[in-house]
Amino acid sequence: MLALNNIEVIYNDVILVLKGLSLEVPEGRIVALLGSNGAGKSTTLKAISGLLKPENGEVTDGEVRFLDQPIHKKDAAEIVRMGIFQVMEGRRVFEHLTVEENLRAGAYIRGTRSLAQDLELVYSYFPRLKERRAQTAGFLSGGEQQMLAIGRALMAHPKLIMLDEPSLGLAPLLVEEIFRIIKRINQEQRTTILLVEQNARLALDAADHAYIMENGRIVLDGAPAALKDNADVREFYLGLNEVGGRKSYRDVKHYKRRKRWLS
Amino acid sequence: MEKLIQLTLSGVANGAIFGLVALGFVLIYKSSDVINFAQGEFLLIGAYLTYMTVQQIGLWWPLGVVVAVLLAAAVGVLIEQLILRPLIGEPAISVIMVTIGLSSLLRAIVGAIWGVTPRAAPQFLPRETVTILGASVGVDKLWAIALALILFALLTLFFRRSSEGIAMRAVADDQQAALSMGISVKRVWAVAWAIAAVTAAVGGILLMSIFGGVSGQIARVGLLVFPVVILGGLDSIPGAILGGLIIGLLQSYAGGYLPPELGMGEVMPFIILLLILLIRPYGLFGQTIIERV
Repeated sequence: MLALNNIEVIYNDVILVLKGLSLEVPEGRIVALLGSNGAGKSTTLKAISGLLKPENGEVTDGEVRFLDQPIHKKDAAEIVRMGIFQVMEGRRVFEHLTVEENLRAGAYIRGTRSLAQDLELVYSYFPRLKERRAQTAGFLSGGEQQMLAIGRALMAHPKLIMLDEPSLGLAPLLVEEIFRIIKRINQEQRTTILLVEQNARLALDAADHAYIMENGRIVLDGAPAALKDNADVREFYLGLNEVGGRKSYRDVKHYKRRKRWLS
Repeated sequence: MEKLIQLTLSGVANGAIFGLVALGFVLIYKSSDVINFAQGEFLLIGAYLTYMTVQQIGLWWPLGVVVAVLLAAAVGVLIEQLILRPLIGEPAISVIMVTIGLSSLLRAIVGAIWGVTPRAAPQFLPRETVTILGASVGVDKLWAIALALILFALLTLFFRRSSEGIAMRAVADDQQAALSMGISVKRVWAVAWAIAAVTAAVGGILLMSIFGGVSGQIARVGLLVFPVVILGGLDSIPGAILGGLIIGLLQSYAGGYLPPELGMGEVMPFIILLLILLIRPYGLFGQTIIERV
């Protein structure tokens, strides 16, 4: 459904952030993209959604194809209309608008078509938003704001939702609730999901396929079960030692494992 | 008592007009971070365009006003597309210089077309006076208040209910997030300029009717937009309306009660401006974000 072939992204004409990255998102699946800070995960999403331009970034090589059409030259509004919706990192709700107005803003490309139905659909996934529909979004809790951000995406009837760190800054219980809902949306609405996460354990549990990126490249990919068994992933992303117990900081100094993939 | 009522009503009438002009200013600032020093010239454009359609072409006045307002909206959009759009990403100070230049340019264009001598205006608001609580008040002032209120109500409805209005507020809140849901920021800017031109044009038309004439003087009212928006907060729409009313009232009271040789009516808004800048630089309702311009 979505394929990135060898893309290269440069910011401000000099900073090379993505160095020939390829990945594929099959229809109806949840694909996770993992990596540490600064690996280029958010940049990858922005390269897909067309949000690079306002930040002075550019796809200089390779191509992004969605539904068999190249989209890396299109602007953000066109890409949203084609059915890709990015839920940006840090929730980014419109703080001075009410919950319902936020949702209506998400439905902008659809106008007022089936507005009432869509609102009901979002409220069925997030009953808490319904209770707070008239409240100013800036006063919601972090978890509610994340729900609003995802709900806002649903309003646009996207074929692919890209979630940029939905767990950021949320309490563990809330994170689990949100991930449950993401899986439900994937199953019930048949919405394809590309998930960027730092919380590797959760992401690997939710995803059908996962990519690990570092320094602007994909270094490893595979089924979550296989990745969970990979010694490097266990060490660097899951914080487990080879036996499977939690890693103790006491051992850190004695032996530092080097990554077996070369970046 | 009569004097108080008289001063209050004329203050509210003027204040409503200031509020209209300031509203446009705030809208442009909120959606595109542009400080529009040419806002006062839109008053002039509205007034002269109405003079043209009603007096020179001879249209029935309601029709003339509508045509003039639509033309003003077109001028607003045109200015945004031709002058402001190429400046996206330029430093704020360049944009400010451009809008200052734009204000001179617009005044000169109006002067070149219609001349600089004051002209008698078409009078369409009734000019008789009514007595309210013993004070005689011009009906045109009441009309000005009513029309401004109607326009405020319509705009509020637009911003609360329509998709386009919600999209505009979304852009004002978080431009990138708005972009990520397919809202066209460029279109929002064009609409902001159109609305700014329309509200100011309506203000200009009302002023023309109250003054009974058109001249370059009308643009001077545009200067009052700064005390108004700084009092209300640069980025607050209710602040613009309330700020307009407060400035209008203070101006009217200062002019009426203080010795006229001091000319306090003219000066009062700017004294307020100074005080606000000293005490509460983000205004009554503005967001307390520090921004360097």
